[in-house]
Amino acid sequence: MTMTTSRRGFLQSAAAGAAVLLVGVRADGVLAAGTDTAQDLNPFVRISADGRVTAIVKHFEMGQGPTTGLTTLIAEELGVTMEQIDYAFAPSNPQVYNNLLFGPFQGTGGSTAMANSYEQYRKAGAAAREMLIAAAAQEWGAEAAELDIVDGQIAGAGQSAPLSDFVTRASAMTAPTEPRLRQPEEWRLIGKEGAVRRKDTPSKIDGSGLFAMDIQLDNQLVVVISHAPRMGAKVAGFDASGAEGMRGFVMAKALPDASGVAVYAESTWAAISARDMISVDWDMSNAENRSSDQIREELLAGVNGESTYQNWGDQAATAANVDGAAKVIDKTFYFPLLAHAPMEPLTCTIEPREDGGAILHDGAQFPTFGHMTLSQVLDLPMEKVEVRTVLAGGSFGRRANPTADYNLECAMAFAMTDRTRPVKLVWTREDDVRGGYYRPAFAHRVRVGLTEEGKILGWDHRIAGQSIMKGTSMEQMSVKDGVDHSSVEGVADRPYAIPGMAVGLTDHEKATSVLWWRSVGHTHTAYVMESMMDLISEETGVDPVALRLSLLPGETPAQTRMAGVLRRVADMTDWDAGAPEGRARGLAVHHSFGSFVAEVVEISGGEAEPVKIEKVFAAVDCGVPVNPDVIRAQIEGGIGYGLGHAMRNEITLTEGEPDQYNFPDYEPLRISDIGGIEVAVFPSMEAPTGVGEPGTPPSAPALANAIARAGGERVTELPMLTQVDFV
Amino acid sequence: MTRELKINGKTMVVEAEEGTPLLWVIRDELKMTGTKFGCGVAACGACTVHVDGQPMRSCQTYVEDVEGAEITTIEAMSGDRVGAAIQQAWTELDVVQCGYCQSGQIMSAAGLLAENPKPSADEIDAYMWGNACRCATYQRIRAGVQRAAEILEG
Ligand code: FES
Ligand code: FES
Repeated sequence: MTMTTSRRGFLQSAAAGAAVLLVGVRADGVLAAGTDTAQDLNPFVRISADGRVTAIVKHFEMGQGPTTGLTTLIAEELGVTMEQIDYAFAPSNPQVYNNLLFGPFQGTGGSTAMANSYEQYRKAGAAAREMLIAAAAQEWGAEAAELDIVDGQIAGAGQSAPLSDFVTRASAMTAPTEPRLRQPEEWRLIGKEGAVRRKDTPSKIDGSGLFAMDIQLDNQLVVVISHAPRMGAKVAGFDASGAEGMRGFVMAKALPDASGVAVYAESTWAAISARDMISVDWDMSNAENRSSDQIREELLAGVNGESTYQNWGDQAATAANVDGAAKVIDKTFYFPLLAHAPMEPLTCTIEPREDGGAILHDGAQFPTFGHMTLSQVLDLPMEKVEVRTVLAGGSFGRRANPTADYNLECAMAFAMTDRTRPVKLVWTREDDVRGGYYRPAFAHRVRVGLTEEGKILGWDHRIAGQSIMKGTSMEQMSVKDGVDHSSVEGVADRPYAIPGMAVGLTDHEKATSVLWWRSVGHTHTAYVMESMMDLISEETGVDPVALRLSLLPGETPAQTRMAGVLRRVADMTDWDAGAPEGRARGLAVHHSFGSFVAEVVEISGGEAEPVKIEKVFAAVDCGVPVNPDVIRAQIEGGIGYGLGHAMRNEITLTEGEPDQYNFPDYEPLRISDIGGIEVAVFPSMEAPTGVGEPGTPPSAPALANAIARAGGERVTELPMLTQVDFV
Repeated sequence: MTRELKINGKTMVVEAEEGTPLLWVIRDELKMTGTKFGCGVAACGACTVHVDGQPMRSCQTYVEDVEGAEITTIEAMSGDRVGAAIQQAWTELDVVQCGYCQSGQIMSAAGLLAENPKPSADEIDAYMWGNACRCATYQRIRAGVQRAAEILEG
């Protein structure tokens, strides 16, 4: 596969003489076409004179599939096969390659890649098709309406020729502003089972795929950082004499913000070894020194009193209402800090350009922030900074950081050199596990009042946790009337028609750096909502599916769709017939990122025997399923991610310092932990919504419900490992 | 110091001190980056290579211990009968997500199939236990190994 990743790449091929057809948008957002990028045009599709089609992918690839998905959209509209199209990552340009749901900002997150690109990429592909057809119609003296492109051939009116014959002529035309999009009955790729294989597979199975960790530039320096052991600790001094004379060690320098000591070496191993020999004195006077036990106590206190923010309903009235109920279910939940631990530790490389500019090589989830960070730290105008996106070895939210933390570290380290050599920053797994930006710890307390007949009378829901968004550049987007929506999402906006509900939030004072983690607030809110549903079901004797359906009366589209996936998963498992001999099943359903997912986890053990996850079933409604198998894969992965962490992961702090180091004490889900996963994808015609995150939220509560139904503990505090024995 | 390593059938001369993990020699000295760094402590399997046909964690294998041994990395798998079958199975089943663990998964799978041409699901789990996949592609890995076994059977 040929991959062009830079703007320079386009210019070079344009300069080579042959015509190129580019279709994309101008800076003002209008669909346009041209022959080279110098014409204020950033393309989504590029067709070279030999007919080779390239989709320019504006979202990075962390495994979630945009190199396949956005390519599918172009191929569908244009009328080429998946074999006739390649992909290339877009350069950083927040005006053109912005995430339409984020504003003038290029980035991937919130499961938005397909949602915000669906129309845009189809339009670009359709415009290219119409231009090529117009060119063929002119040459053949035919009507454009008689012609179509199928498998790269333009045919109709008794003629047929490859689209490459018309690239030159089409490239001189102006783009239609409103091209006709192909109708669903014409689709050959979108939503078609087996029609599309992942485009990124070949380079990921033969070692050739270029991840950020694989950047090897001539003469590069490798930097590892001796990081502050606690948030807020500052370098007071350091002694590098132990590293002097070590092969490959170059130098050590304190970062200008005193957050760590940069260790420079000729190779990664030399840098890692030298770091071990350098001792750093830390000024702890402003460092965070709370332990996770203390954080837990503070959060529990936060849900036991009146909430700071009344997000929904009237807390005092609701509490009084619940107090007067015939029966009250009162449960407190706790969720620990979690690290993302993507498989590829964080890394990026800054390469000096001959003109004094700089290139950032990164598995760039938020290229705009990386771009701005380099511009500021290196004191370069934006035009002199280039971001080249390469493959990312997972992220789960970690590579998307409003502080651009690791880009910033690399920029600082590069700025302290004479800027003649590329500088590659490498984090080890220990840096990653101990490096902060955790999923914040959260506590919930829910008191549900029931009538004698088991009807819900009131639901007093109190949440406490550290806000992810406050104090970041994302604050405006997410915080309203003091409430960070990401702290309450999944409760405040639940589709369930719950009578007499109040939702309150108390912020927890910053204890460590926190960040969104695959499915953000839904990581804890779904767990609480869906555990409560089963607790009500246990109390009232109403079947878990029937209970949930009774709260989804179909008065809103969300209720209808949520009920739809619930019924579907009940069908898949033959829910009413009960679990097979020796097994128990738990269920959960949740709405997040526009999508609806219901899951059933089937376990063996639970009461006396250790628990084993034997099988998981999921039903997904995410709008038009562009690539059904990519969706299934994302749901499978989201389930595994949710279950693994719920089972056994937590970051604990002792006097502000993380107790965990690496995978042996932050043990990942293993192949032996989980049986098969069966995913049913709805053939919906709604606009496509996210799939990267929505598989995660229902997985842990479905497991908790299965364990309870097997006669085991009702787990209200994660990780489960402290209360449940797993195989 | 200068050493000779036999990697993918070729003798290569490298500069590496005693105690240097094979992983970093392969990645940084030889610039063969298909073998990945995930943990450095033999806990994830991303760095798996074959040493005399046996899967080994190259992050915990010292260069001085493999001088003279036959070292095989992911880059040679396309030319290997078992490796090619695994790659075909991985393609048919779209196993990969981020892909960062997959070199190691494929090297371990090749080790398994070399000693057990028809592994059961439990045998796959037991053998592949040490290869973490943070994207949780496990069920496809399991299916992929079994599909590769079928391909090899012909
Ligand atoms: S890097 Fe060797 S096992 Fe993780
Ligand atoms: S595919 Fe991402 S870690 Fe395995």
